[in-house]
This record gives sequence, C-alpha cells and structure tokens, in this order.
Amino acid sequence: MNQPVSDMIKIAVASGKGGTGKTYISTNLFYSLSKKNYRVAMVDCDAEAPNAVAFFESEIVGKTEVTQKVPVINSDICTFCGKCHEYCNYNAIFILPPMKIVKVIEDLCHDCGACSVACKSGAISEKPVSLGQVTTFSVKGKPSLLEARINIGVMSPVTVIKAAIKQIDNQSDIAILDSPPGTSCPFVQTAASADYVILVTEPTPFGLSDLKQSVETLKTINKPFGVIINRAGLGNNSVMEYLTHENIQLLLEIPFNKEIAVLYSNGRLVSETNEIFSEQLLSVFENIIENHGNSSN
Amino acid sequence: MKTLLRIMEIAVISGKGGTGKSSISAAFATLNGDVVLADCDVDAANLYLLFDPFVEEEEVYIAGHKAVIDYSKCTNCKMCKDYCRFDAISLKNDKIVISEISCDGCFLCSRICPENAIRMVANDKSRMYSGSFRNGKMIYGRLAPGEENSGKLVNMVRLKAKQLSEENGMNIIILDGPPGIGCPVISTITGVSKVVIVTEPTISGLDDLKRTVGIVQKFNLLAYIIINKYDLNFSLSAQIKKWCKESNITMAGELPFDKNIVEAMVQGKSITEFNPEINISKKIKIIWNKIINQKT
Repeated sequence: MNQPVSDMIKIAVASGKGGTGKTYISTNLFYSLSKKNYRVAMVDCDAEAPNAVAFFESEIVGKTEVTQKVPVINSDICTFCGKCHEYCNYNAIFILPPMKIVKVIEDLCHDCGACSVACKSGAISEKPVSLGQVTTFSVKGKPSLLEARINIGVMSPVTVIKAAIKQIDNQSDIAILDSPPGTSCPFVQTAASADYVILVTEPTPFGLSDLKQSVETLKTINKPFGVIINRAGLGNNSVMEYLTHENIQLLLEIPFNKEIAVLYSNGRLVSETNEIFSEQLLSVFENIIENHGNSSN
Repeated sequence: MKTLLRIMEIAVISGKGGTGKSSISAAFATLNGDVVLADCDVDAANLYLLFDPFVEEEEVYIAGHKAVIDYSKCTNCKMCKDYCRFDAISLKNDKIVISEISCDGCFLCSRICPENAIRMVANDKSRMYSGSFRNGKMIYGRLAPGEENSGKLVNMVRLKAKQLSEENGMNIIILDGPPGIGCPVISTITGVSKVVIVTEPTISGLDDLKRTVGIVQKFNLLAYIIINKYDLNFSLSAQIKKWCKESNITMAGELPFDKNIVEAMVQGKSITEFNPEINISKKIKIIWNKIINQKT
C-alpha cells in the first residue's frame, strides 16, 4: 500500500462555514493514512481555535515562538517629522508634533518595515513581540502533528499559520492542512500553500452559501478542489444540485449519524473503530493522487 | 422633542464554528418587536438567506490595496523584492512577480521603487448591504473572495447598525459574529453591551470556549453562555457548566439537539418562526428574556 511519492503533496481540508467537519475529516484522514504506513504529517492551521491535538495521544516534542517585529521609536532622536506616520498604512503610529508625542500602537502594526525606511534620523529600531506558537507533537512516536496557535488578543493568525506550514519536515510525503474557517486571508494562505483542497460542507442553505464563496475563492487562486458532503440526509438536495451544475467533483458523502456526533464530541477518532469509514477516506486520497498527482509540482 | 434612545447591542459569538450562532441569532431577531440585525460574519454571511432582506442601500468597502507592477517601467533592480517582508515579490524567469495572495498592501514597494513602476490598486469588490426585513432592519457585509477580513468591514457594519437603530427608534441591535478569536471577532465585541457565547459539548467546543471567554474578559465584557445540543454529551455539558461556575460566568441556558433547526433553515425561517411551540423555541425565548432583562 505504501506507494513511493516523490515530492510532498499538501492537501488542505477547508470549509467556508465553521463546524461542517473539517477537523473530523482531517484527523481521520491523517489517522487512516498513518495506519497504512504512509509518511504523513498534519498541521492544525486553525490558529484561532486549534483542536486537532485533542484527538490523539500525543506528547510535545518541540515548541517555537512566532514573533513579529514592531517599531520602537526613540523620542530623544526623533525630529517629529511625521514621515513614519505617513508611511504607515495601518494607522499604527500616532504622532502629535507640537506636543512632541509619538506612539506605536503595537496591535495595529503589520511588521512591514515601512516606518524604518521612512525615518531619516535613525530614531526607529525594532523589537520582537510574540504572536503565538507552533508546537510539534509526536503521535505514536513520530513527530508528525504541528499546531499553530495565536495568543489571545492577536489580530491575525496568518503569520503563525505560515510558520507552522514551513515547519513540516521533509520526512513526510503527505501533509494534511486543517484549515481555518471562512474564505478570507487565513483560509487563502492555507489553501495557497496546498496542492489540493478538500472542501467540507453540509447539505443546508448555510452550507451551500458558504461553499459557493469558498469555490469562488479557490477558482480565483486556481487551486484544484473537490467536495465532501458531511451529514448527508439532513437538510435538502441543493448542494448536490449545485455540484452537478458546476461540474464539481463530489469526493464523498458521509450520512448524518448521531452516534458519530457523540464519538466526535468525546474526542474519539471514528476511523479507529470504523474500517469502512477509514477505507472511504483512503480511496478519497488515492483518487486525489491519481487525478492531481504531484508530478507537476 | 427627540428622546434619547438607550441602545442595547448584543453580540452572539463562538470560538468554534458551526455551534449554532446564526440559528440562535435568527431566533433572537424574530422573538419580539423590531430589531436591528447585523451579520458581522462578513466572509460567510448567512442570515440574509433566512430573511431575504429588501436591500435599500449598497456601499463599497475598500478592503486594502494590492501592488501592481508596470513592466514598461520596471528595470529589474529587485529593490522591491529586498524590501518586501511578506514574501510577496519574487523573481520568475528574470521578471519581478508580485503575488496577489501574499501582498499585504503596505505600500512600501511602491514608495521605494526608483522607477515608480509600482502602483497600488484598491480592492473595491467588497460590499455592505443594508435594508429592511420582516422584523426590522438588517445589515450584512460581503467580502470579495480572498480579501483580508481586517475587521474594518465589521466596524462599518456596526456603524450602520447604530445609525439605523437611531433613525428607526429600534433600541436592540443583534450582532451575529464570526467564528474564531481574531480581528473580526474583536471588532464585533468591542464596546457592546452583552456578549452571548454559543458553545457545544465537545472537546473542541470546550477548548474554544475557554479561549473565547479569554478574549471577552480581555475587553471586560459581560458574557452569557449557551450550551447548544447539550444532550449530545451530558457529561461534557456538565463539565462546561462546572467550568462556567468556577470562572464566574453566567449560564444563559441549554438547548437540545433538534433536527427542526435544519428544517427551519431550509424553509427560510428562524426556529421560533418555524414552530414557536416546540421545546427548543420555548427555551430560546426564556434565554433571550434572561439576557435582555438582566441589568448590566
């Protein structure tokens, strides 16, 4: 079963709407692939609300702090020319020249470095501030699970997500990226670094509306993708009709089952006991490899 | 004489997605008199699907800028590439290429380019809509695919909500928030009267709840917890309640798992409109009264 895979293939599991089963799919896919001896790593990219680790017996084997640089303005040297304030596109520098006041609002700073370039008097230096952590967990003795986690109060998870994806080691042939919800920046950053995106949706009007948004986004960045319908049987047929109409590949339908919901709520992996589900996810994976193999990348 | 309106802004959020925030917000919005309903989940707005609002105004939202290169001027000096901190500029086949995905819109490259070959173009595809629905006024944003959800659109939605609330004498504003704890969530809860956190009895739900409470407390706001689908896991529900008690956070109530929620959604109704007599609808009504009547 362990086919040689030349380059690493990254598969992002995403959904516009939250709570459709992204983490459910990615944790079970990760487990099923590991069991078949694939060399697989998983990254929890939902840095605002990371949950994947709870599904595995794991131990921490490494932790790196993710920081950004923010300016420090020395008001003794500063000439209050206002150039840094003018260059800052994020309103992170507050300046009142007559009062000789200049302040950095660190929460608004994007670490672009423009103010340092703007300052001609050498009044600006930079210091690192923490955004969050990337933690490496070892599952069954292999350091294969990475978690991105932002500190409470940090505005954007993007830097921490990027750092986590960068840390995937080259020992793995497959990387599963559990994406953050939504269709904006954090999702796009995750999807952009993947070779293929699995969109998980549910057959409800909310699910369909958010699926459409995700599809639009993936089309603008030219990513191949397919759809898994979770909790099939609830709701209506409109997601199915949409997929047929738009000629989008349906990868799998998972029927709604209250027992699954209960198992999941307890942090259990359904594929551990349910062979059929495990096999289904493996064939979804094989299908993706067959059609979108990594030779081109 | 103009009477001063005391506006109550209530934000409904949840760290974890899919806990039932929007369904509960929709029910809150259709329980009593006219309200202003603002969908702050701007990159996955859904409430308009239930309420089919009559749009009276459409406004453009500028979601930052993107750098665009003019190859007739570019001399390949690579200065922009050296200065860009977002890894957005690279050299491909001896040509400077700017990645639209990675560009943060900081303007630095356009400022330092000695040839003036870089132009900043506004992202103007996002919109904010406002209008009327059957229970009052409604505002929702629509972020263009892949745009940065900086929370600024959320602020714009909230300002509009306040304006409509004052103009129409509707003193209750309900904000349906985005998932997570980042920028758009912070924008949704800053300065509101009350925050309702919807959670579910799952390991993930409890973990995210703790982080969500963390952000709410950072801003010193009054929080109420609703455990949705509590009967999916009684022991975890008990654990959440215990944690709330120890952390001194008010439990607003528990709601059962009910397939009617989906059925109502399919029919374009809130659960309380769909059937006000079923258990879950009655419970939502009790919770709502508890939240709005408690003095802050």
